[in-house]
Amino acid sequence: MSDLNKLGLAEARDLLRKGETTSVELTESCLSAIDAADALNAFVHKTPEIALERAKAADARIAEGDAPAMCGLPIGIKDLFCTKGVDSQAASRILKGFKPEYESTVSQNLVDAGAVMLGKLNMDEFAMGSSNETSVYGDVVNPWRRGDDEAALTPGGSSGGSASAVAADLCLAATGTDTGGSIRQPAAFTGITGIKPTYGRCSRWGVVAFASSLDQAGPMTKNVRDAAIMLEAMCSHDLKDSTSADLAVPNFEAMLTGDIKGKKIGIPKEYRMDGMPGEIEKLWSEGAEMLKAAGAEIVDISLPHTKYALPAYYVIAPAEASSNLARYDGVRYGHRATLEAGDGITEMYEKTRAEGFGPEVQRRVMIGTYVLSAGFYDAYYNRARRVRTLIKKDFEDVFAAGIDAILTPATPSAAFGLGEMTDADPVQMYLNDVFTVTVNLAGLPGIAVPAGVDKQGLPLGLQLIGRPWEEGDLLNTAYALEASAGFVAKPSKWW
Amino acid sequence: MLDLTYETPKIKTIAGAKHDWELVIGMEVHAQVSSNAKLFSGASTQFGSEPNSNVAFVDAAMPGMLPVINEYCIEQAVRTGLGLKAEINLKSAFDRKNYFYPDLPQGYQISQLYHPIVGEGEVLVEMGDGVARMVRIERIHMEQDAGKSIHDMDPNMSFVDLNRTGVCLMEIVSRPDIRGPEEAAAYIVKLRQILRYLGTCDGNMQNGNLRADVNVSICRPGQYEKYQETQDFGHLGTRCEIKNMNSMRFIQQAIEVEARRQIAIVEGGGTVDQETRLYDPDKGETRSMRSKEEAHDYRYFPDPDLLPLEIEQAWVDDIAANLPELPDAKKSRFIADFGLTDYDASVLTADVESAAYFEDVAKGRSGKLAANWVINELFGRLKKEDHDITDSPVSPAQLGGIIDLIASDAISGKIAKDLFEIVYTEGGDPSDIVEARGMKQVTDTGAIEAALDEIIAANPAQVEKAKVNPKLAGWFVGQVMKATGGKANPKAVNQLVAQKLGQ
Amino acid sequence: MSIDQSTAAKVAKLARIKVEDDALPALASEFNTILGFIEQLNEVDVEGVEPMTSVTPQRLKRREDVVNDGSQQEKVLANAPDAREGFFAVPKVVE
Repeated sequence: MSDLNKLGLAEARDLLRKGETTSVELTESCLSAIDAADALNAFVHKTPEIALERAKAADARIAEGDAPAMCGLPIGIKDLFCTKGVDSQAASRILKGFKPEYESTVSQNLVDAGAVMLGKLNMDEFAMGSSNETSVYGDVVNPWRRGDDEAALTPGGSSGGSASAVAADLCLAATGTDTGGSIRQPAAFTGITGIKPTYGRCSRWGVVAFASSLDQAGPMTKNVRDAAIMLEAMCSHDLKDSTSADLAVPNFEAMLTGDIKGKKIGIPKEYRMDGMPGEIEKLWSEGAEMLKAAGAEIVDISLPHTKYALPAYYVIAPAEASSNLARYDGVRYGHRATLEAGDGITEMYEKTRAEGFGPEVQRRVMIGTYVLSAGFYDAYYNRARRVRTLIKKDFEDVFAAGIDAILTPATPSAAFGLGEMTDADPVQMYLNDVFTVTVNLAGLPGIAVPAGVDKQGLPLGLQLIGRPWEEGDLLNTAYALEASAGFVAKPSKWW
Repeated sequence: MLDLTYETPKIKTIAGAKHDWELVIGMEVHAQVSSNAKLFSGASTQFGSEPNSNVAFVDAAMPGMLPVINEYCIEQAVRTGLGLKAEINLKSAFDRKNYFYPDLPQGYQISQLYHPIVGEGEVLVEMGDGVARMVRIERIHMEQDAGKSIHDMDPNMSFVDLNRTGVCLMEIVSRPDIRGPEEAAAYIVKLRQILRYLGTCDGNMQNGNLRADVNVSICRPGQYEKYQETQDFGHLGTRCEIKNMNSMRFIQQAIEVEARRQIAIVEGGGTVDQETRLYDPDKGETRSMRSKEEAHDYRYFPDPDLLPLEIEQAWVDDIAANLPELPDAKKSRFIADFGLTDYDASVLTADVESAAYFEDVAKGRSGKLAANWVINELFGRLKKEDHDITDSPVSPAQLGGIIDLIASDAISGKIAKDLFEIVYTEGGDPSDIVEARGMKQVTDTGAIEAALDEIIAANPAQVEKAKVNPKLAGWFVGQVMKATGGKANPKAVNQLVAQKLGQ
Repeated sequence: MSIDQSTAAKVAKLARIKVEDDALPALASEFNTILGFIEQLNEVDVEGVEPMTSVTPQRLKRREDVVNDGSQQEKVLANAPDAREGFFAVPKVVE
């Protein structure tokens, strides 16, 4: 049964319930896979003792009967989540050695549901990146390759470790976070499913903050059903998070009927961008056709302010980040620079943060500081927030007109090579998020579903955007798309 | 309610080397809200605990922590606004004020810049003698307090205690209506009194629960009136802010010293730089807090972890309906109902505990007598022991009992003072003590007369002298008092002596 | 709006991140690229549009005034680079 790590959540759950396997067996299978996969650099803090401990407890609970859906299922946790007693660094040098005395609400929800934590997963530093090349732990490698080409590819970011691990079957699923596309883009680059729920569905308490009004946690899984199962376990109304929605969490899995007859699917014309690769455009129309064949109505729509989403995002996110990252100062936890004689508190701050933050984080913190500074607040930050209102209104208008979901490409390309964008200016990297940031700005739920491969055999994904709070409906539409697309390819093991 | 009218105080002028100058003062008072827990966390606000023992992870700004607002703190802010006759803003919001300092773990303070919870109000500042200044309040907002840094425990290191971090502060901002050091101190006294009456801040300045940033500028006579007309600050001088003052005395000294500093600069042909300063009471001077280059850019922006705050009018109305009687109203009532002087009423209403004590004593008794005894005897005695009215060993019932004994002529005023001392130090019921120790006044004229006759008989020479010089009658009064162990009713003695000596 | 080296240096200072002098030109250049990208926002007509304050508006949750946290000095100091006698120790701060 050494292929247990290749199972999805639903499958494994059913086997557990039938008594055909145990959590310990599932966990051990994953742990072996992890140990053999250091080349991917996905797991950065392995927690085998905790994993086996929780697996044993899960088996006992399952034996008693009536264990929750996630009970006994081994998963990975993105390093951005604070996990009690376990290194939680947000892939940054500035949090080196930080072991929180508390557990994030989302990961606690998973613990309470009996899930088994295999370890912490690599990511872009402070969730700032789209290729997992800014991590203090080093790059994550995409298990997918371009045919026989051995060039290492990016898994996307910031949840690159999560995506790589799930795609390589190192775990049955993983948690990710998404601020501008950090779940959906890596999911698309690695041929897996990833959903970012409506802003407020998952608690942000205990998740290292990047951009407070944009961050959301979400599951990264092998298929849509698994995403539904895990999302339900992750969501909750948290009194410790003032932005947490006071809404009951539905049984998302129960809403997967596959029936989308009569659903109106919007195709926004502004997402057809100049220079868009032909393959992506083709996949997008094929996706529309698939949904149509399943009984949905395809409607052309307009989201007029789409092109301003990325610049608005790159004002708002760095601004909030510059403030959220001010606490990393070497005083109470994490890295503190070694000081020279005569260094005072200011030198300590400056050296600690210069040493502790990587270049991309420094860049964004400084841009954020600039756009909030005296004289520029109105010109940048306030203006960006006004544009954000307009972007959200674009979606509201479209939903009010009867659209149920919106279909777009997930990424402007397939996974590119690690190091390929090193010399490009920062904006080039930002363009990776062009299809995904609108969703964070509007606070909507969005899901990436693998839909095909490009001519080099690399996975391509499509994105569906749903109505606020209607993750169940969105998952169901994705479920239908997934069924039609029939994407079953897996990367061939080279690691 | 009795409407008291006041005159505005005379404007203070300071004579510089060349000209006369006036002062313009505005104050930003930081008042720590009385609450059990902090503004955005569930840690305790208790003073004096072990370092870093009243600290939630939120207060320590650990990664991933988030603020959740304490409803009672909002209530206290609203209550304060109502007590200062201010507008309550049903919609307000929180902003981050960003700067780096070790006692500010988040690297920002959650405050309310753009939309404070309370708007314009006013405070009547009595200066005595029918003189008062109406000081307008511009706004009140809620904000987090910072922690404490201790710089003198080690030559190379500073030590940070976050216990105070996150405690709710109200920042009460006045308009520049204050025109001198005495007015400034009086303003703080009045504000503190109102807050203590409301129960929204205990006003403990020693602990730093009430502190003031004082903005001082100078102007030539006539300029302030121009500013009032036009609301153009250009008519006033550049102001400097003296931070963190927590002593009435030092506030007055600092204002004086700072005004003179500014006058010297301007008369010397220079310009005053707008800056933040600290008062050094040992040196008697203010000094600049930060270098000119480091102008603070706080990069205020709305806190994305908190949604805008909306409170309901009905909730505000409920708080308003349950406000305690405030100092101005209580003072008017005391003057009207108890016939007290303005001065006495002020003293008795200085704090709500004293006022309550007085009212208890005055119930069914002469207000004036009660006021006299509370202010002159009780307060005086308490002050000697450095006691508070709340520590008084004499209860209102006991004091009232003493007053009753005077009013019914059972004891003399002098005996009453002795009785008071006994009750203060030993306790007990006043009438029981009087009974037990035979302190009752001897009003039986027969007994007094008998004693007097004896003395007259024994001192014929004195009698002759007294007949010639009436002032010497006092000697006989003293002798009778001695003979009766001080218990003779002085009025009766005087009458009899005068009668017997034929005067 | 273009950023020169001295502005870049000021921003670094405000953000408390030490940037070596020889790194300033590159930093200023990166800023200018990003700001150039952001300039597009000026094309939008935002007349009469309110800046978004909350993504998903709801009534701000309140807490009761109960002490249910704190009393954990050890945990608060557990990750401190330099904790002494219950305090966080930092290089001397000059007022």
